[in-house]
Amino acid sequence: MPFCAVKPILQVQDVRKQYANHTALDGVSLEVPEGSIFGLLGPNGAGKTSLIRIITQITGPDGGQILFRGEPLNPSHIGQIGYLPEERGLYKKMKVGEQLLYLAQLKGLSKADATTKIKKWLERFDIKTWADKNVEDLSKGMQQKVQFIATVLHDPALLILDEPFSGFDPINANLLKDEILRLRSEGTSIIFSTHRMESVEEMCDHIALINRSQKVLDGRVSDVRNAYRSQIYEVEGRGHLMITHPDFEELEQSKRENEHFRVLVKLHAGAKPNDLLRYLIGAGQVEVQAFREQIPSINEIFIRRVRETHPDYVPETDSLPA
Amino acid sequence: MSKIWLIAQREYLTRVRKKSFIIMSLLGPLITAAIFAVPVIIATMSDSGKVVAVADAGGLFTDKLPEAKDDISFTRVSADLPTAKAAFKKAKYDALLYVPKLDMANPNGFQVFSRKGLGMSLQRDIEQTVENAVEAQRLKKAGIDQALLNTMKADVDLQTISLSDDGERSSSTGVSTGVAYVCGFLIYMFIFIYGIQIMRGVMEEKTNRIVEVVISSVKPFELMMGKVLGIAGVGFTQLALWIVLSFGIMSAVTGSISPEKIAQKRVEQVNAAAGSTATVQAKETRKEGNEIIQALKSADINVALVAACFLFYFLGGYLFYGALFGAIGSAVDSETDTQQFMMPVTMPLVLTFVVSQAVLTTNPNGQVAVWMSMIPFTSPIAMMMRLPFGGVPMWQLAVSMLLLIAGFLGTIWLAGRIYRVGILMYGKKVTYGELSKWLFYKG
Repeated sequence: MPFCAVKPILQVQDVRKQYANHTALDGVSLEVPEGSIFGLLGPNGAGKTSLIRIITQITGPDGGQILFRGEPLNPSHIGQIGYLPEERGLYKKMKVGEQLLYLAQLKGLSKADATTKIKKWLERFDIKTWADKNVEDLSKGMQQKVQFIATVLHDPALLILDEPFSGFDPINANLLKDEILRLRSEGTSIIFSTHRMESVEEMCDHIALINRSQKVLDGRVSDVRNAYRSQIYEVEGRGHLMITHPDFEELEQSKRENEHFRVLVKLHAGAKPNDLLRYLIGAGQVEVQAFREQIPSINEIFIRRVRETHPDYVPETDSLPA
Repeated sequence: MSKIWLIAQREYLTRVRKKSFIIMSLLGPLITAAIFAVPVIIATMSDSGKVVAVADAGGLFTDKLPEAKDDISFTRVSADLPTAKAAFKKAKYDALLYVPKLDMANPNGFQVFSRKGLGMSLQRDIEQTVENAVEAQRLKKAGIDQALLNTMKADVDLQTISLSDDGERSSSTGVSTGVAYVCGFLIYMFIFIYGIQIMRGVMEEKTNRIVEVVISSVKPFELMMGKVLGIAGVGFTQLALWIVLSFGIMSAVTGSISPEKIAQKRVEQVNAAAGSTATVQAKETRKEGNEIIQALKSADINVALVAACFLFYFLGGYLFYGALFGAIGSAVDSETDTQQFMMPVTMPLVLTFVVSQAVLTTNPNGQVAVWMSMIPFTSPIAMMMRLPFGGVPMWQLAVSMLLLIAGFLGTIWLAGRIYRVGILMYGKKVTYGELSKWLFYKG
């Protein structure tokens, strides 16, 4: 992962979008670095799709601007962007090959160029025999593969995937993940938009959290995690553990079974993990078998961040990890 | 522009390759041919050889039985009613006519017996025969010769001539009306069939969820226009196929079922059955056929003008309404929701066609007709129904065409505004208020 300053492929600057009776985007700014996977995260209805539709030039912003590789976004960029919408589908009565050719030509590819690329992709997914099949004769999983090929056929520099895993079965989801990682290694920049944050956090280099039309947090995933370290440690071991020190607070989720214990301990007042370890060993009553920091998930960070700004916030049930 | 072309191409090819298109293309001319051929065929087949037994107790037909006519022949049976009834039951007569003893001043008491009830036409024919016979008897009594009477009958046809600045032109109202209806009906049908195809196509893209994939590559307006133009191509192809195939089939049909052949067939039939005056009829049929051809030749219709205008209004009307149908398709989620929007859009079309007889063909240059042929909502049909009658001033035609062009540019703009919002709107019942808001949404 490059640490040097990477030029952004996309800069969103103070973008606003107003619909008849609600504000979809309220001054959102963010930067997508070139060659990275960028997670655009937030609950349903936060404004992710509105932002993506502006980036893909389906709609225009009411205010602010978007730069693509430094230039104001314009129709000449359409061929460099690939978009897999959340609402997606194919013409049912059209043959796979014809359909891919049509969609590629709409992106500006020549017929000859598109034909060779279609062949390459069908071979990569090992589905060459499908080219002459009607889409309606394919299974859902097969259609998803065709859909993905249609998105990447024109070798976009920026790939935007809106809820990419929704509707994908686990096998195709894995295939999709591998392809996405491969595309990144070839230099494609990818924007992931999803409300299921746990599904993409391991893949993302950068994230931006959006809630109620506003960006609430963004940055490198590692930086965000560091900023939101929980100071909670999980300790596993044998013996009768009693924590009485004021700097260490045992949390409720702890488990004890006979001699075994697994407890969560929060550090207060600048205490360091080594202090806790020393205290546990110094008491002499217990044998420590495992000691690890509880790393907050992006989802937990999101909820914490939102609670800081909106104390009354109740997360939607489907934005919680299963 | 190249993208509109790509989209139009896809719309065209996928539709033209459909089985339903091929079937319609073949069926259309067959139906047309059937419309022409069926009455002829039916005429040759129906009512063949109905035999009416006559029990002539009153002596109305003493001299001779009535001549066979329209495939009805008469045969004499015993004048005694019970005997006649018995004979009727045994033999395969279609009806038994009983003529009672008559008072010529007040003839009454005729009876017709039949097995299954008489058809309307057979009953009318028998009535006619009896009336004729009674009249003939009375004439004879009054000393008037039938032949003399026949020479006094008059048969007059009016030749209509339209008197205009260009001088006298003989015209045929009947043929003009026919051409007017055919043109008007074709445009009406075309707008409906293909307008609804646009609507379905838009709805299909919306429910298939492919629309967002496509409009991330092209502007919604390009997608809509591509669809409208592609489907127009399908319509023109269908029309061309119909015309070509209709002519082919019609010439084949008229080749085999020409009036001469029908007549000949009839002669053979009738001769086999009763044998009588069929040859006269055959001649008449031939005369009728010649009259139609004559009328088509003599009717002074500016064929080039009508044909050119037909193509213009055919396309213009389609574009005007097609865009609106596209907008409807974009605003709804399912076919059942289309009703409330279809009504106001199709109303002017249906109205034009409904009033066409009262207003357009009977008074093609009246005030209402002139206005209807100007307003783009009604002009494609109304103008096409006026033109075959002639006498439409050039300035009216020019204004009507300009208004239609302005009209379809307007509806396409309007539809484009609704379309770009509608296609991304799911699961929402749309009202007119909502639609009007969409018009003013920014990009």
